[in-house]
Amino acid sequence: MAILEVQNLRKSFGRIEVLKDIGFTLEKGEVLSIIGSSGSGKTTLLRCLNFLERPDGGAIRVAGETLFDADDPATQQERQVRKKRLRFGLVFQSFNLFPQYTALKNVMLACELLARERPDYRANKREINQQIESEAKALLHKVGLANRLNSYPYQLSGGQQQRVAIARALALSPDILCFDEPTSALDPELTGEVLRVIRELKTADRTMVIVTHEMEFARNVSDKVLFMADGVIEEMGPPEQIFEHPRSERTKAFFSHMTRE
Amino acid sequence: MQLFLQQFPIVVRSLNAGFVQTLKLFFVTLIGAMPLGLVISFGSMSRFKPLSVFTRVIVWIVRGSPLMIQLLIIFYFPGMVLGNPIWGGKEAGRFAAASVAFIINYACYFSEIYRGGIQSVPVGQDEAGMVLGMTKAQIFFRVKLLQVVKRIMPPMSNEIITLVKDTSLARIISLQEIIWAGQAFMKSSQGISGAIWPLFFTGVYYLAASGLLTLLFGWIERKLNFFRV
Repeated sequence: MAILEVQNLRKSFGRIEVLKDIGFTLEKGEVLSIIGSSGSGKTTLLRCLNFLERPDGGAIRVAGETLFDADDPATQQERQVRKKRLRFGLVFQSFNLFPQYTALKNVMLACELLARERPDYRANKREINQQIESEAKALLHKVGLANRLNSYPYQLSGGQQQRVAIARALALSPDILCFDEPTSALDPELTGEVLRVIRELKTADRTMVIVTHEMEFARNVSDKVLFMADGVIEEMGPPEQIFEHPRSERTKAFFSHMTRE
Repeated sequence: MQLFLQQFPIVVRSLNAGFVQTLKLFFVTLIGAMPLGLVISFGSMSRFKPLSVFTRVIVWIVRGSPLMIQLLIIFYFPGMVLGNPIWGGKEAGRFAAASVAFIINYACYFSEIYRGGIQSVPVGQDEAGMVLGMTKAQIFFRVKLLQVVKRIMPPMSNEIITLVKDTSLARIISLQEIIWAGQAFMKSSQGISGAIWPLFFTGVYYLAASGLLTLLFGWIERKLNFFRV
């Protein structure tokens, strides 16, 4: 069964239709890269998956569970949205770390707040919090920041901040981890370290959706590549097909434009 | 010189008593206006149009007219227009009327500072909290509040230092604060008459108070320097 199923997704801002009938499926452990020029709807698609935008039509299913269906009001209750968001993680283009907390606390905060809702929280408070802290430290170690646990965001480089943001998104163990142009706000010499971390996250059961302009990276890391243009999926397939034998004229035009730059 | 030395302790005792009343008005205003300002700022940011328009009109009226007129209206309107002198003629009544006027006036100023502070936190902070499964309250208190406090410290310290000096306006409804106490020696009080220096000397009290507040706010701003927004 597909871990992620998106059906007929539509979204308009005013009279501008940003997403027109988007549909695709993703298997557990697959990495999907979404490419396309600015304004093609890539980021809006990611924001719909994370319930930061409410789609006007279509459905989103995760592991068979319908999280959103425009035709079924029962799936649209505001109170449920918070829990549904936890199925997805999102790494932002502009990091959005919490400036008043250290790197470690940035990773721990959401876990601590969620743990309070556990029925056994009061009884096992200390063990739970110790567990959260050791897991957060392990995550920061994994993204190569074991020595910056107590640094505040302003003391970190852009690449380091983005790696903290990745650890923060991982801390809640989402089913699907999304990246919204994770290196677009970085100086060129810092993109490498972030892309390396993302590549290392790829394991048999970690599903990722990556919106990116880094074509070389998309080609190497992805199982599937999705090319978007004007709110529709122009072409979708394995990276070899999209990058070497694109079928759609628009895909070809996009690549020739990129190489000319 | 000898006369001055004779007068000095008498005047200082009297000014001290007046300054106590000044400080009482100052603290009562702060305690009332800081939370009320937050309520008003939420009102003016409300997505319910009638409420936000109503709140903004009130804020405009209060900020757009002199505090002295507001004091006079609040103190005299019930008695002289409605025929119901709710404040009475005693010092406690004048203090209550002055407190109401000051709290409303400063709450409106504070509300605009809060609104600016809250709206200046990037929307990415809300979104980061949301995708991490936080509730609206958790996002406000755990993520945004300290950033707002840091941002509003400079304008708030400005307003609060202004408040120390604005309390002197309560003289207009004869509240016995420090200006009133100093002025009394111009006519005649406790065997001293025709003395203008006590009134001038009240300035020293205001300077001392605003100096202390400047130090306090400088200390708070340094405390909040551990992060940057």
